[in-house]
Amino acid sequence: MLKITDLVKRYGSGDPVLKNLDLTIEGESVVSIIGSSGAGKSTLLRCINRLVEPTSGSIELNGTELTSLRGRQLRAARRKIGMVFQGFNLVDRLTVMENVQSGRLGYLSTWAAIMRRYPKEDIRRAFELMERVGIAHYANTRADQLSGGERQRVGVVRALMQNPEILLADEPTASLDPKTSEQIMGLLRDLAGELKLPVLINIHNVAEAKEYTDRIVGMRYGRIIFDDAPARLDQDAMDRIYSGSPHADRSGDLRQAS
Amino acid sequence: MSATPDTWRKPPFIANPVIRWAVYLGALGYFLWVGATMPIDWNRVADGIGRAGRIFGGAFPPSFERSGLLIDGFLESLKIAILATTGGVLLSIPIAFMAARNVAPMPIYYLGRFVIIVARSFHPVIVAIIFVKAVGFGPFAGVLTLVVYSVGFVAKMLAERIEEIDFGQVEAMRAAGAPFFSTIFYAVFPQIMPRQIGLTIYQLDSNLRASAVVGIVGAGGIGATLANAFGRYDYDFALAITIVIVGVILISEGISGQIRKRIG
Repeated sequence: MLKITDLVKRYGSGDPVLKNLDLTIEGESVVSIIGSSGAGKSTLLRCINRLVEPTSGSIELNGTELTSLRGRQLRAARRKIGMVFQGFNLVDRLTVMENVQSGRLGYLSTWAAIMRRYPKEDIRRAFELMERVGIAHYANTRADQLSGGERQRVGVVRALMQNPEILLADEPTASLDPKTSEQIMGLLRDLAGELKLPVLINIHNVAEAKEYTDRIVGMRYGRIIFDDAPARLDQDAMDRIYSGSPHADRSGDLRQAS
Repeated sequence: MSATPDTWRKPPFIANPVIRWAVYLGALGYFLWVGATMPIDWNRVADGIGRAGRIFGGAFPPSFERSGLLIDGFLESLKIAILATTGGVLLSIPIAFMAARNVAPMPIYYLGRFVIIVARSFHPVIVAIIFVKAVGFGPFAGVLTLVVYSVGFVAKMLAERIEEIDFGQVEAMRAAGAPFFSTIFYAVFPQIMPRQIGLTIYQLDSNLRASAVVGIVGAGGIGATLANAFGRYDYDFALAITIVIVGVILISEGISGQIRKRIG
């Protein structure tokens, strides 16, 4: 269970990007986060695995408080959080197998990692997962030889190699064409079911969010203003999430404050 | 009357006319003053032309009689260049990581930059004079000199390449909980490897050239052979050495250019 309480993130001294945000994700649900650019979706996801340092608040994953961890403990916690990126973030010049195994780096000694001495069970698991998503025949191919959809499949397998307790996907389909994009969304949904894994997906495509996820969270300028089943996302809610400008929103805050 | 202009001039380099003319006149005045005050003795220039004529006259035809000495000198230069390149590149890699703003913490970054600046600030000939004083005449001083020279160039260029990497790959490793050195080996090295190989080959080529120069001040190699030949007025042998140096450098530049083109 992921439990976020009173999370604030402020860059420099400006207006906070996340404003006292609360969010709980239970079980193996697939949750999508929608909202216009700059709403803080990406920052929220990156606060969870501490690629971005939260300013204050609490993030708890299955009983572990993540915000106070440092060094070795932080790395141990990150192993339990898989992440899929918009730009895939594969190491282009390494093979697909090396990319997939890089998801195990947190479990592997640096020496074994450099010598590419991967444990047998990791190799078997890698082939199982690559088989599952249809890229097993690319094991020895360099990652930059693959198409966008194939590259994102490598990204997904890399994240799953961590044996994560939650999967974060930061706009996983934004760099893909519509058809490939639907395939990846379907894959994420199916894998969540098969591996009993909660998945948190930032997404711009509302139609895909409605079709492939169990719950939609709507963000606007650092706050959650919608949190319900996809069927409940009506035009009125859409307008509240996507209309208005940051400026209007901030001056509203000022009026409330004064 | 039409107001549309039909002439246009490029705006002057310095907008303010007073400053512009002051700069032009100042520069002209300085050159005249330098020309008038430099102690150039035209008689000695005339003598020098005659001496130069004797040197070149003595140099023709080039003599390859003592080719054994020539080959030995070259092999020594090659050894110096290879040892210095290996040592210099191995030292450069950690220094480059220290001097890359995106991977090193601030104090380490300044230390790395400082090492590079010190290594770059002296010409190899000056470094060679210091090392010849420190460890005596011979190839070892040459190797040490060119190690410093290699660090100055390779570490600087490599640090710049590290600063240009796609940081998303590093982020992906961090998100997986990878330790620091695993992250460096998986997300950074693959990205900088082509540049690293290109720089190494370029530096080998460059060290071979520089080893001829530092040899003149006593740091071994073909440069020492050349300096001896001049000292003994063997101008024909000196010309032979010079021709071979130019030839070898042309060949090594051609080879290294080809290799760098293939891996680029």
